Amino acid sequence: MINFQYARAVSVSEAVRLMAGTPGAKFIAGGTNLVDLMKMDVERPTALIDVSRLPLDTVEETPGGGLHIGALVRNSDLAYHPLVERRYPVLSSALLAGASQQLRNMASIGGNLLQRTRCAYFYDVATPCNKREAGSGCSALGGLNRMNAILGTSDNCIAVHPSDMCVALAALEAKVHVTGTRGERVIAFADFHRLPEAEPQRDNNLAADELVTGIELPQRGFETHYSYLKIRDRSSYAFALVSVAVCLELGGGRIREARLALGGVAHKPWRDAGAEAALSGQSANEATFMRAAALVLSKAKGFGHNTFKIDLARRAVVRALSQAAGGTPQSQSNKKIA
Amino acid sequence: MISSDDSDPPAPASGGSAGSVSLAVMVNGTRYPLTLDPRCTLLDVLREQLDLTGTKKGCDHGQCGACTILVDGRRVLACLTLAVMKDGANITTIEGLAKDGVLHPLQQAFIEHDAFQCGYCTPGQICSAVGLIAEGRAQTADEIRESMSGNICRCGAYPNIVAAIQQAMGLP
Amino acid sequence: MAPYIGTATSRVDGLAKVTGTAKYAAEYNAPGLAHASMVGATIAKGRITRIDTTAALRVDGVITVLTHENRPPLADNDQAYNDDVAPEGTPFRPLYDGRIIFNGQPIALVVANTLEAARFAASLVRADYLTEPHVTDIHTKRDRGLAVKDPITPLDALFAPPKQRGAPGPALDGADVRHDGEYYVPIEHHNPMEPFASTAVVESDGRLTIYDKTQGVQNVQRYLCSVLGLKQDDVRVISTFVGGAFGVGLRPQFQAVLAALAARALGRSVRVVLTRQQMYVLGYRPAMIQRIVVGANANGTLNAITHDAVTVTSQHENYYRQETGWSGLLYSCANAKYAHRLAKLDLPTACDMRGPSAATGVYALECAMDELAAALKIDPVELRLRCYSDRDQHDNRPYSSKALRECYHQGAEAFGWHTRNPEPRAMRDGSELVGWGMASGVWDAFQAAITVRIRLSANGHAEVACATSDIGTGTATVMTQVAADMLGLPLDSVSVLLGDSTLPASPVEGGSWIAASVSNGIAATADAIRKELLRLAALMPDSSLSGTEADDVGLVDGMLVSRRDNARAVSIADAMRHSAVDQIEREITTNPIEDAARAHNTHSAVFAEVKVDEQLGVIRVTRVVSAIAAGRIVNTKTATSQILGGVVWGIGMALHEETAIDHRFGRVMNANFAEYHVPVHADVHNIKVIFVDEADDSNPLGIKGVGEIGIVGVAAAIANAVHHATGKRVRDLPITLDKLLGKPS
Repeated sequence: MINFQYARAVSVSEAVRLMAGTPGAKFIAGGTNLVDLMKMDVERPTALIDVSRLPLDTVEETPGGGLHIGALVRNSDLAYHPLVERRYPVLSSALLAGASQQLRNMASIGGNLLQRTRCAYFYDVATPCNKREAGSGCSALGGLNRMNAILGTSDNCIAVHPSDMCVALAALEAKVHVTGTRGERVIAFADFHRLPEAEPQRDNNLAADELVTGIELPQRGFETHYSYLKIRDRSSYAFALVSVAVCLELGGGRIREARLALGGVAHKPWRDAGAEAALSGQSANEATFMRAAALVLSKAKGFGHNTFKIDLARRAVVRALSQAAGGTPQSQSNKKIA
Repeated sequence: MISSDDSDPPAPASGGSAGSVSLAVMVNGTRYPLTLDPRCTLLDVLREQLDLTGTKKGCDHGQCGACTILVDGRRVLACLTLAVMKDGANITTIEGLAKDGVLHPLQQAFIEHDAFQCGYCTPGQICSAVGLIAEGRAQTADEIRESMSGNICRCGAYPNIVAAIQQAMGLP
Repeated sequence: MAPYIGTATSRVDGLAKVTGTAKYAAEYNAPGLAHASMVGATIAKGRITRIDTTAALRVDGVITVLTHENRPPLADNDQAYNDDVAPEGTPFRPLYDGRIIFNGQPIALVVANTLEAARFAASLVRADYLTEPHVTDIHTKRDRGLAVKDPITPLDALFAPPKQRGAPGPALDGADVRHDGEYYVPIEHHNPMEPFASTAVVESDGRLTIYDKTQGVQNVQRYLCSVLGLKQDDVRVISTFVGGAFGVGLRPQFQAVLAALAARALGRSVRVVLTRQQMYVLGYRPAMIQRIVVGANANGTLNAITHDAVTVTSQHENYYRQETGWSGLLYSCANAKYAHRLAKLDLPTACDMRGPSAATGVYALECAMDELAAALKIDPVELRLRCYSDRDQHDNRPYSSKALRECYHQGAEAFGWHTRNPEPRAMRDGSELVGWGMASGVWDAFQAAITVRIRLSANGHAEVACATSDIGTGTATVMTQVAADMLGLPLDSVSVLLGDSTLPASPVEGGSWIAASVSNGIAATADAIRKELLRLAALMPDSSLSGTEADDVGLVDGMLVSRRDNARAVSIADAMRHSAVDQIEREITTNPIEDAARAHNTHSAVFAEVKVDEQLGVIRVTRVVSAIAAGRIVNTKTATSQILGGVVWGIGMALHEETAIDHRFGRVMNANFAEYHVPVHADVHNIKVIFVDEADDSNPLGIKGVGEIGIVGVAAAIANAVHHATGKRVRDLPITLDKLLGKPS
């Protein structure tokens, strides 16, 4: 781990100002991802600006009937927050599917958005990686890519975003509140993370001096018909091969509205408007679900070790839709797939 | 260079080379004033500077749970915690669980159920279980298993660990 | 006083382990201790053309950087690097020269005042290499392996393929049913929770005390002396507590050399702790490609078996174990043939890992038996009973004991096997397919020469000392129990010293041989103590024991008591005081009893239930019953834990574990606990352990050992259960869910 300067910010404005004035600096809150990457020499910040004590740790109802979640709310606190458990259970479930309770006790909501990929080559500085070192090449393309992307990939990068929480937030159409030297702005969730394209080193559309201050959930929480289904290589404490967040509104035996987001398959939580439209207005049955799943994966591309994920994702989408429609969401402690 | 116009930041970054930072933490009821390289993790401070080696380094990357401690009552991983960020924190390690020579019920239950073999993950398992009980969420065996999954035991003592936790929770 | 042997005694070191006072290798401090960080090579093969340490040396707090260019002298001959358990070949020499023979090989050691400085400076060491082509994939070398030769010496006979018996070719041709399958087990890593570490303390007289993570302190001590050219008295190695090892601590590891080298060079105490990633260049379970052909008669008896294996080793050492011979040992079968080849790759040398050779070889055999049972339409347990053998098939000799039949019966009963529907995909639990599978397990019951010292004090305290390790197996507890029983003392009057190279000689702790070796060693030493006590008692005036033979007295509750007449008794304390003896000390070397006329093995029957999500292929191991026949169980509590652990290892082997090497780089890419999956709490459900009664007289206490047998057969039982659940036969481990997607095979 390299030498770095350390400063603790006492206000958002100070944090942003410090960041703008310190090239190579990074914000730190929970540290669960950044400290890990610093130990691997993947992240080499010149300075750390400690934002962990900023007053961004509350969950409040918004005038519009939604929820504003401070960026420093811990993952476990959000998962167990009564309003989240009751009104946004898919978010609570996704949070509990991620990491371990110790890590959830440390990790902030804002930091969760900014998690970097677990691609093995990104983590090993002895191997080429375009995300870590632009232009060095993508080792995953012809290498070990079981955990890598099948959707939205580019010739430069097939990394996936590792978050579970973000998959639920994508389905819920959350908004991200950020503050930079030029002031505050709100970013739609779909516009927050990026696809790798020609600049895989950029995970998201945050400006260099911007700090995530909070997340806003819209009023609709889909508290009845939802599920977060995470498929992984062991029963817990593992990153997703594929995960699916589903939110449905049903009426008269038909799907009025469907939200579907996938994790573990792309550089960002994956939404597919076409598939959601194909669900809308249809009967909530297996045939409908299979049509939607086929649409989501229609443009998927495998890279050898991860090609099975196309089929797996298709099946997982069908299953998660069935769980949501049937009102039998996946439990995160009982490992039997509902 | 980092500078700040705000008055009295709680832990100003000092100038100079590595920039050591002064702070104090409470560990097992004792206050420790420290001057630290900001790179020091809480795990290394406990083990190397305070000689509290009961907290174990298993992976140093948040992937095994051996370094689980309680910070302000919550179970967290000391290996991914920069010590400078914990100025004023109240920390409990495995060395702080027994009171006046009487073992914590979990410690006693771990011995009775042979909930360990090599013993290296044990302090982390026990501290994690203390946190689990305080959270009050996990009740069934499945819930305990899921909630303890951040604590790897390579010796494979899992069934006995769950049994020990259930005993300490007063579950049949 | 009831005996302690055979009881569920809690660990004597439990208090230390639950309170955090148990100290492991990296937890000893010394004045002026320096911290060292190792730098690993980033190529798999070639040589260093230039190594640049200037930036590292400029870091505040860095004391020195050792490389092959500036290191202190090291031995220059292979013999010096040969440890007690080294395979044949040219052992690796850390920091010896610029030659790179595996990726991650240590190329520099940065020593600094603080851990933080050492680690940062290590990231600044730069090496230029001349690379050479490397091969790290067993599959590319499977047909170009080095044949393991026929056994000639006794050691060869232990590890090399047994000689052919009968005529397997014609027998297979004439078989009613024949199964031919290829099975694969990938490279796996031990991943003990404690990182490998050595704290080399320079004592005031210049000698070195090394707190090391090892399964054999004396092996490390001898090795370091010869590698560093030191006298035996100059180095002491201590490993009071070992945070798991599972075989990777049998051979001295390079961090011990690095720590000792740096401490000698600086005249200052140095600690080296490997990172989790760096531990992936220690040893590993060799990947194994194996083909088994079994032929059977329609009535379910075997007529032939052939077992061909290819396993991984390094270019520089030929590591292999008895990977194929288990197949021809276990079942009655007149014709058998084996072949074993080594794929020599540009990797570190493979090494023993829990149940070495049996965990992998028996996996293939027991899957093949399951496939044969299906083909014959015979219940898998019934097939094994029809093939049951009371004689060792290799040498046609009886077993000292073999209660495997009881294992099948009791295991099947506890599991409820008789209600199994034999058809695959026939049992369901909602959306899950339920599968029941079983397998047999076998391991050797070894005993090795060992020396034990006992000091009995007149105050009734006994100190038992032996250089063996306790790697979590419960050795210290077993030693305490046996000594207490043999000396007639309560448990808390016995203290145990172990894990110190200055103690009486012990072999490395491995192969499940320590419990039998040290327990019988304690018994023999206690016998000598008893004889001396009787001699002293007979010296007393009007001694009630005068004229009594040693075999006719026992030690009970602090008394010497006649076995024929318990009214004839003398207090041990009185006998010692009368002769003004404060302490009786005996140190005895106990050798195993030569008994080549009989085979000595432990056995198991493992039953597993899996539930597999039909749509997604997600597998859960919901129940396991493991019935074990392993002679006398000294401590039912710690022995149960050994078997539980073995079962958990078997779950990992079956479903999770695989070291992923990118063969382009020859580099392990999942060298961490996040991507190298071992089972977590949520993967482990109900496991029932049964110890079947098995009287054995191979050694006076009838102990066989339980460290390895717990894992053997588990992966096969699970693979067989997965087949029963899904109709799909997955022969290459681990059985990840992608292998189950698609239609049944």
